[in-house]
Amino acid sequence: MARVVMTLGDDISTDTIYPGRFMATVLPTETPMFAFADYAEFNQKVKNKELEPGSVIVAGWNFGCGSSREQAASCLNGPGLVIVARAFARIFLQNSINLGLRTVICPDIEASEGDDLEISETQVVNKTTGKTYAVEPLPKARQAIVDAGGLIPYTRKRLLERE
Amino acid sequence: MAMTMVQKILAKATGLPSVKVGDVVEPRVDVAMSHENGALVISQFNEVYRGTGLEAKVWDPRRIVLILDHRVPAESSKTATNQKKIREFVAKQGIPNFHDIRGDQGGICHQILPENGYIRPSYVVVGTDSHTTSHGALGSFAFGIGATEMASVWTLGSVLNVEVPATIKVVVNGKFPKHVAPKDLILHLIGKVSAEGANFRVIEFHGETIRKMSTSGRLVICNMSVEAGATSGIVPADEETLRYLREEAHVADEIDMMTPDPDAEYDDVIEIDASSLVPQVACPHTVDNVRPITEVEGTTLNQIVIGSCTNGRLDDLEHAADILKGKKVAPGLRMLVFPATWRIYKQALKKGYLEQLVDAGAVIMNPGCGCCLGVHQGALGDGEVALATTNRNFKGRMGNPNAEVYLCSPATAAASAITGVITDPRKEG
Ligand code: SF4
Repeated sequence: MARVVMTLGDDISTDTIYPGRFMATVLPTETPMFAFADYAEFNQKVKNKELEPGSVIVAGWNFGCGSSREQAASCLNGPGLVIVARAFARIFLQNSINLGLRTVICPDIEASEGDDLEISETQVVNKTTGKTYAVEPLPKARQAIVDAGGLIPYTRKRLLERE
Repeated sequence: MAMTMVQKILAKATGLPSVKVGDVVEPRVDVAMSHENGALVISQFNEVYRGTGLEAKVWDPRRIVLILDHRVPAESSKTATNQKKIREFVAKQGIPNFHDIRGDQGGICHQILPENGYIRPSYVVVGTDSHTTSHGALGSFAFGIGATEMASVWTLGSVLNVEVPATIKVVVNGKFPKHVAPKDLILHLIGKVSAEGANFRVIEFHGETIRKMSTSGRLVICNMSVEAGATSGIVPADEETLRYLREEAHVADEIDMMTPDPDAEYDDVIEIDASSLVPQVACPHTVDNVRPITEVEGTTLNQIVIGSCTNGRLDDLEHAADILKGKKVAPGLRMLVFPATWRIYKQALKKGYLEQLVDAGAVIMNPGCGCCLGVHQGALGDGEVALATTNRNFKGRMGNPNAEVYLCSPATAAASAITGVITDPRKEG
């Protein structure tokens, strides 16, 4: 079971997820401290490690639009968050998959903070409201990378095959 | 099989006779660009090689371009250290195409690439920057990727698992009215299709207005295609492409003048009449919150910004200088101008545009990303409002989540500088 720890609207940009002024920080181990830096309450919870791994952010359409900064994915991956959104912007989705951040495309999702979700490959069940929502599969080109455990191991394997 | 631009480019880059939308392919890369986030690419690249016993070597140093532009000169020790790491990597790997913080070679990546002849029609171009879409202006398939994906490209020389995207055909006909520019066209289009309307798709630009548009204008519309979610914007190669590459980018070798097949299949066709457009403004805090200028005229401003990879080119500075010549920036208003590259800076200096702007009260900053992303110069105070020729107005974009950013063309920015409120440039003669 996964608890919804934040709900967001449409078009949440990478400037909101990881503001540009922290972009000199690049290492995935350091980026979580600036996750949603302008949402003080949420940011504090990430910093204090109060969120259980597997906790869920539920968002609307076009989550992660804007820049290609990978910090926006790594800062959420660090604390082990799961993002359930109606749709994701392309580069953010790709970065998430490459780094292993769990992204769930769920076009009809409805949930409030505090709800408990049960997420499987095909559906999200909101245990609090009793409603079920279908999950859209990831773009097929990306599934292979998920299966390999991320782009770095996938590339390493290809590199070794080439040598 | 009839193919769109992106299909043709991906077929060429994979050595296949044809590719269909949805096919998963692994195109080889012609140009791989990174800027300061190259520091992260370097650590991910080393990570790929970790434990393999192999020496970490990029696949082809000549195809990598590294540019320092996002915070130049460095605003903090952290940035300076990242930049140093990049310099050391460039030296170690023997990467010849490096644009350091120098007056004789520096500037914003998306202007450095075209003006130095790195981009050609039919190329596959990847960059660790979402506005890499800009380079479709010269007929390439150019798209943004993350740092880890770039580390993979540096290792293998190809992009793994690309799904051939569908294409939206945008046909623009008619002549722009006075003081209406390619920026107004692209803002109008983004407003029409929404910030995610083109997600996972490519926009291919056609029509008489595009054929007559300079490469500078084409860079504007392809640059901002990503603000409609597009993977890339592409203008098929034509006479203007050839002129730009030969005369301005000094490209001497053979050029593949690739165009799409006339009977290629498009996902959608959108027609726009340029002659009916008025100046457009994108209002806070999303780029698709676009209104005709008549609806926002009179909004009080604290800062005007002219520059960026969208509108920091010579014709943009010329347009602004023309409007501001002999006039003054309104009292209490700050006007910041940052030419896209040092080459443009020097041209604008020779032509007298910079002097005209300074005499009007503008501050000329060094080429680079300047205040566009809000980390370096020109941050906004609480409750302040900026009008900018940049490409994003997200909350916090100009360094302050308690400020507002409106986006417009250079003409609208210059006209508004005189009055201190959002002003229709058509009224400023
Ligand atoms: S000018 Fe702005 S949008 Fe363009 S590359 Fe620099 S930061 Fe990005």
